[in-house]
Parts: sequence; C-alpha cells; structure tokens
Amino acid sequence: MSKHHLLALSALAVSIALPFVLIAAGQEYLIGLLTRIAIYGLAALSLNFILGYGGMVSFGHAAYFGVGAYVVGIMSFHAFQNSTIFGLSGSDAALFTWPLAVVVSALAALVLGYLSLRTSGVFFIMITLAFAQMLYFLFVSMERYGGDDGVIMYNGRSFVPGLDLSNDLTFYFVCLVVLVLFMALFSAVVRSRFGAVLKACKQNEARMLALGCDVRRYKLVAFVIAGAVAGLAGVLNANLTEFVSPDYLHWTKSGDLMIMVVLGGMGTIPGPVIGAGVFLALEEFLPAIMESMALAQYKEHWRIVFGPLLIIVVLFARGGIHGLMFRGQSNGR
Amino acid sequence: MADDPILSIEGLSKSFGALRASDNLNLDVTEGELHAVIGPNGAGKTTMIAQVCGQLASDLGKITFAGRNITHTPQQKRPGLGLVRSFQITSIFREYTALENVSMAVQLGAGHSFRFFASAQGDPLLREPALACLDQVGLLAQADTEANALSHGQQRRLELAMALARHPKLLVLDEPMAGMGAEETNDVIALLQGLKGKISMLLVEHDMDAVFALADRISVLVYGQVIASGDPDVIRNDERVKEAYLGASEVGDA
Repeated sequence: MSKHHLLALSALAVSIALPFVLIAAGQEYLIGLLTRIAIYGLAALSLNFILGYGGMVSFGHAAYFGVGAYVVGIMSFHAFQNSTIFGLSGSDAALFTWPLAVVVSALAALVLGYLSLRTSGVFFIMITLAFAQMLYFLFVSMERYGGDDGVIMYNGRSFVPGLDLSNDLTFYFVCLVVLVLFMALFSAVVRSRFGAVLKACKQNEARMLALGCDVRRYKLVAFVIAGAVAGLAGVLNANLTEFVSPDYLHWTKSGDLMIMVVLGGMGTIPGPVIGAGVFLALEEFLPAIMESMALAQYKEHWRIVFGPLLIIVVLFARGGIHGLMFRGQSNGR
Repeated sequence: MADDPILSIEGLSKSFGALRASDNLNLDVTEGELHAVIGPNGAGKTTMIAQVCGQLASDLGKITFAGRNITHTPQQKRPGLGLVRSFQITSIFREYTALENVSMAVQLGAGHSFRFFASAQGDPLLREPALACLDQVGLLAQADTEANALSHGQQRRLELAMALARHPKLLVLDEPMAGMGAEETNDVIALLQGLKGKISMLLVEHDMDAVFALADRISVLVYGQVIASGDPDVIRNDERVKEAYLGASEVGDA
C-alpha cells in the first residue's frame, strides 16, 4: 500500500472519528466546522476540476454554489408558505429538491459556460466574474425571497426518508459521504479518456485543435459538471445553515474557493479539500490564537495574519499544501 | 497511383493589413506524392500551412481535399478527414510522457472522448497503436519519459509520431527538421522516405539536402505566390529560382 493510500485511509478514519471525539470533549459546536469543511471541500473540488485540470480560471464559481442553494431555499420557502413557483408547489423533500437544484445549477453553468468559453485568458476570468455578479444582483433584487437578507428555511433541513438531517452528527456524515463519493468519482474521471482530453487542453490547446479535438465542447462539458457539483455543495450549505442569501454568490466567495484550491494544491484530488480544511480552520481559530498571543486587540483583524500566510504558501509551495506533503513524488496525475 | 490531386489549392489569398502573405496561390499534391515547398523567410509558407489546416481563415480561394471542398471546414474537423499537420515550433503536451502524447492522438482518432470512468492509462486500445507510432519514429525506449525531458530532436520526432497516430492521408509537415543535427536529420529523412508512397505529404523545409533527397516535386514560394514548380532537377536549374532564393543566400540556412 502506497503512502498515498495510507494517508487517505487515515484521513478518512480521522474524519469519521473526530465528531465523536469532539462530543466526548464537549466541543460539539465544532461539528458545524467539520461539516463546513466537507461542503466547501466539495465546492473547491468541483472548481479544481476545471481550474486545476482544465486550466479554466473561472472567477465565478460561487454562482453555481449559490444557484443550488437558492433552489433548495426557494422550494423550502414555498413549502412553508404553501404557495407555488412556476406552477410547482414548494417542497422539503431532498429526493426532489436536491436533484432539481443540481439540474438548475448545471443549466446555469451550461448557458454561462457556453458564452464564457468563447473567450480565453483574462477575458475568461472577467466574463465569468461578470456573470456571477449579474446573478448576485439578480438575487439581491428578488424582494420576495428576502433580497439582500436572503431566505430563511423555516421548515429546517430537507426531509430524507429514514434519515434525520436535523441531527448535526447525521448531517455531517451525509456531507462526508457525498464528499468522499465525489472525490472517488473525480479521481476516476481525471484518469479517464475525458480527463486525458481535459488535461491535454490545459497543456496545449492549439495542439488539441490541430489533432482534431473539438476543444470547446469538452471544456463546456467539464464546466457543466463542475457547476452541477458546486450546486450540490450549495444545497448542502443551505441545509447546514437553514439559510440562503446573495452572499453565497458574492465574488469574494468565488475568491475563497479559488484560494482553497491554490492553497491545498491545484490539479490534485485531495488538494482542494485540504485547502478548504486549512482555510476554514484558520478562519475559525486565528482570532483565538491571536488572543492567546496577547494580540487580543487585533483579533478582529485576523486577516492581517491570514493574508501573508496565503502569500507565503503561494510563493514558496507552488503545489500548495499537497505539494509540500508529497514533495519529490509523482502526484498521481 | 492515381493522378487526382488529394489536395488542391486554388487562388488562395490571405492579407495581414497591407501584407499579402498568400497572394492568389495555386498548388496541388497528387495522391502518394511528396510535394515540397521552399522559399525564402517570409515567403508565406507557414501562412499557407495555417490556411490548408484551417488555423487561419482564407480571404479568397478554395481548398479541396480528397474531392471535398474544405475551405470553410473548421480546423478541428480536418484531421478526421485525413488532413494532419505537424508544427514548425514543437507543439506537444509537455507534462505528458511520450506515450501519453501519442495516446492522446490515437484517442482523438478513436471516436468521441466522453468516456468518464474507465481509465485511459494502460488502455491497450490506445497503448498498442501509440507504441507502434513511437517505434516508427524510434522513440520506443523513451515511451515513459516526460515530453519535457526529451531532447529537441526527440521532441521533433514525437511531434511526427503524434501526426502519424491520426492516420493521415495527407501529412502537412512544417519544417520537421528545424533545429536538428545532421544525424537526426538523416534519421528523419529515412523515416519520411519510408512513408513515401503510403502517405501523401506536403513538406515545407529549409534544409535543401533534405528537400532534394525527398521531394517528387518542388514548388518555390516567393511573396505568397508560387513562382516555379517542377521536379527537383528543373527547380535546381531554374533561373528565377536561383535569383529569388538559392542565389540570395547559401543553401540550407534555416
């Protein structure tokens, strides 16, 4: 068994055991952090599929995260109100609203990706950012769904037969299973023929065209897959917080996802998940750490420490944290 | 061999501002022929290749390939018809091994790539033909070497192997010997010699020894126009050619 497999299994064992340790230590509230790490790990994983493997620097990935969340939030809103949307009555059934949210996110990615992929380089970055901001303002303007303030899911988390999602521990394990499932799926896809095309497009698009590859079509399919999975992450986050607001789609959220990918290690499967873990853990604990170092008056400004930390990682560890862990070894591309 | 041209270029033009890179250019390649195009730097050879392969849209003119008007066929559809090119400046997948580079070319010739789960690594349907192509260009021993780590000459041959893996009817070669040493050049000449008759080739090359050793027919391109065309002996003795090209600089400068 290779070092990779051993580490992956240990990480999985820790992810399973940790919530029970937290409960035993009386720190249940941290299960929420673990759940967030799993959810953002999933979102960052989906971004990494197009960014790290496909070389598409999408600066609007939070749009699909937000669209997925809003579908679940809006359906929950109508279920609570007993009203309809487009002739559809509201629902809290996960088996209906979750796939619906994923399909709507995928459609959004299909339309925006179709338009964005006509550009490349800096223009692609800017157009994906612009589209995401357009969607952001669209949701801000939807007064019915709270506008700026967002939608509260008064009925609580989605309903799944036989599972009580309102239990935080159960919900954490649902998120963990989804994350592990998609890590396994993506790790198969990047090794498949489709993945080979995607990675080749990143390395040399002109050559792919000259060899007879309809580059844009493959990139678009990858873009849609990434959008759909980000939508699923949004669904989970809406359920975690029982709340959806335009903040889900804000460009800083897209930036956070990109930072997670780069911090953890682009073009690797564990990288974005590691990045999400480190990012969110720092966000959670840095203020407390600063307090303990007699810097209490600055703890509100924990980003002053966080920013330089990021810069150091990006400058000195080009493969991110994953690259540091496996320095000098093949990264299983 | 049939005498029907596999490729015919009629009245092809392309301007960049005031510069006429191709100017009412006429040229054909008959089935099985190796047709070499020579000309001084800036004569429009690379522009012509870009037009033939669809990388550049033409302002005017018509390109017919295997009896089919391909003037407006998108670049990525042409290799599927049998029109495959290699690049003057090595264009490979640098993070892939030599085998993965050629496997990608094989894969693109083997139907769509919307296959998401089965591993492509070690797939014998890709691996076997790819290894055969590597063998053909003498890179079998370097199959698992990352393309970045190959020498320049090896990269040039990898470039060729990728084109061959798409089973071209017409191979368009943009200076395949560029930057190669004498020994490597001879290897490639021998390789192309072996392909002659099986694959039609349109060869642009600065190495005159290679051109005269390989070509069935040579056309001389100056200012985007063909000023002379004929078998190597005719071209060698053509006054206009000597004046425009061979006389201007010593033979064989790249």
